[in-house]
Amino acid sequence: MRLHSSALLLIGALALAACNNPNRFGAGGAGGAGGAGGYGGVGTTGLGGANDPNSPAYFSQTVGDRVLFAVDQSTLSPEARMILTGQAQWLASHPQYTAIIEGHADEQGTREYNLALGARRASAVQEFLISQGVAPNRLRTVSYGKERPLQVCSEESCYAQNRRAVTVISVGAGS
Amino acid sequence: MFRHLTLALALAGAAFAAAPLAAQDGPLRLEITEGVIEPLPYAVPAFVAENSAAQKYATEISRVVASDLSGTGLFREIPASAHIARVTSFDAPVGYADWKAVNAEALITGAVSVSGDRLTVKFRLYDIYSGQQLGEGLQFAATTASWRRMAHKVADAAYSRITGEGAYFDSRVVFVAETGPKNARQKRLAVMDYDGANVQYLTDSSTIVLAPRFSPTGDRVLYTSFETGFPRIKLLNVASVTAQLLPETPGTMTFAPRFSPDGRQVVYSLEQGGNTDIWKMDLNTGQSARLTNTPSIETGPSYSPDGSRIVFESDRSGTQQLYIMSASGGEPTRISFGQGRYGTPVWSPRGDLIAFTKQNEGRFHIGVMRTDGSEERLLTASFLDEGPTWAPNGRVIMFTRETAGAGGEPRLYSVDITGRNLKVVPTAGAASDPAWSPLLP
Repeated sequence: MRLHSSALLLIGALALAACNNPNRFGAGGAGGAGGAGGYGGVGTTGLGGANDPNSPAYFSQTVGDRVLFAVDQSTLSPEARMILTGQAQWLASHPQYTAIIEGHADEQGTREYNLALGARRASAVQEFLISQGVAPNRLRTVSYGKERPLQVCSEESCYAQNRRAVTVISVGAGS
Repeated sequence: MFRHLTLALALAGAAFAAAPLAAQDGPLRLEITEGVIEPLPYAVPAFVAENSAAQKYATEISRVVASDLSGTGLFREIPASAHIARVTSFDAPVGYADWKAVNAEALITGAVSVSGDRLTVKFRLYDIYSGQQLGEGLQFAATTASWRRMAHKVADAAYSRITGEGAYFDSRVVFVAETGPKNARQKRLAVMDYDGANVQYLTDSSTIVLAPRFSPTGDRVLYTSFETGFPRIKLLNVASVTAQLLPETPGTMTFAPRFSPDGRQVVYSLEQGGNTDIWKMDLNTGQSARLTNTPSIETGPSYSPDGSRIVFESDRSGTQQLYIMSASGGEPTRISFGQGRYGTPVWSPRGDLIAFTKQNEGRFHIGVMRTDGSEERLLTASFLDEGPTWAPNGRVIMFTRETAGAGGEPRLYSVDITGRNLKVVPTAGAASDPAWSPLLP
């Protein structure tokens, strides 16, 4: 049934979801999982207490470590820009941290195209953070394409959360 | 009595008629064309063991031959229980009347002998209705460990002689073996015979690996690995199972590699600053050159068999579509114009067709089109089909089919380019991203 719903319907539903739930990744949200960090040699660091505003856990849970995208898009929504502005402010006051921005896609696409699409999304976030004053050498991007979905159902409710870019904080000087 | 047998298959366009023979009297001939006809009935009695050490192989080899032939959907085996004649000596005269009585049109006989670790397989193919042998008898010799390969060689010879098509059973498939939940899938490169036998793992599951592709001689495999934390292309030597990263441009991602037909170049995607274009690299010098330069996504490059052109996908028009350009770059020509999006193009080894993944109205399809984009035909439809790879003879396509939902997982499937004979390729667990080797020597 879901398979036959039109693309227009999906986009509509997504736009609605994205607009109505800006708080999805707030303190009570998805738990601030670190995305696919830790796979394949990406360095990960202890998250610290979520109540400590200087901790990466605070960054991921309270500032919000991720932004969501429409189907096949890498354009930043107003909500995404708000979250990223917060990320940039946090990074500005915590210069000891660097970040890897992970771009992801939902499963509705071919593998290699989705790698490229995830890279577009990660890059859109990177450019915005740089425009907000974050030094380029503190940011790197990587795409996981559709290899690391956050949600595993094959419904738009899951796809909407999988089309994401996650800013993963780690300790270390810029590259 | 001479007869010509035309085995015709469901097919939308006559363009795929494989053997352009007009119907005529002549030796046994299975012509793969349009329409729907019964598979050709054949018999392959247990091969004769010519010494006691050969006994454990003789029956097994004839079973693999039957599995190959019947697995094409073009042939139907007459079971041994129906046989009247018994083949107890490879050189004894064939009782054509007894085989005709059980409606066999082709008969394959064989004999196996073993000396030390050396296995020798002889076979003959008979046209029952014309009452004569079809082609010369052949003999294959190798180590006992390669007994399945010799069975595939026998089946390949029989298949080629009857259909006039190129062989493909003696070939391997490199793929990604998958385990674990959907949100933390573990992936390993693996290689197996085309029929799923003899699986060998080429990497461990410590990092994500994607989309392996064989070299034109099958000795090397290109694939994408996340071992550095970022997608990078690796080149693996199949014999030694050692792999090295290709030279990189710092701050880029590289993926979607494929060999040139001479095995010297790699064409691939390189992402920099969010933009993905197609590059090629000389494997000897490590020198790379950019082939596309647009702000859109260009990926999935695949060479024509003569090496002169490259088909790839690009979303420069707004959605993924297929384009062909010169192997040295330059202005491409768009070839896909149907509804939906087209990706993962792969040039047929015969040069006549492009296989692709199509997404339309929430469904995924594997399809083929001519190299000018005409005569598009969809061979499959499901929740998620993607990533076609061609059998060495350009008649069969293998691909990944993934099921939906939290428990969804991928498996390998194959389908004839007529759209018939869709079936799962047996693997121990979940599997994706198959790439077919050339025919083995």
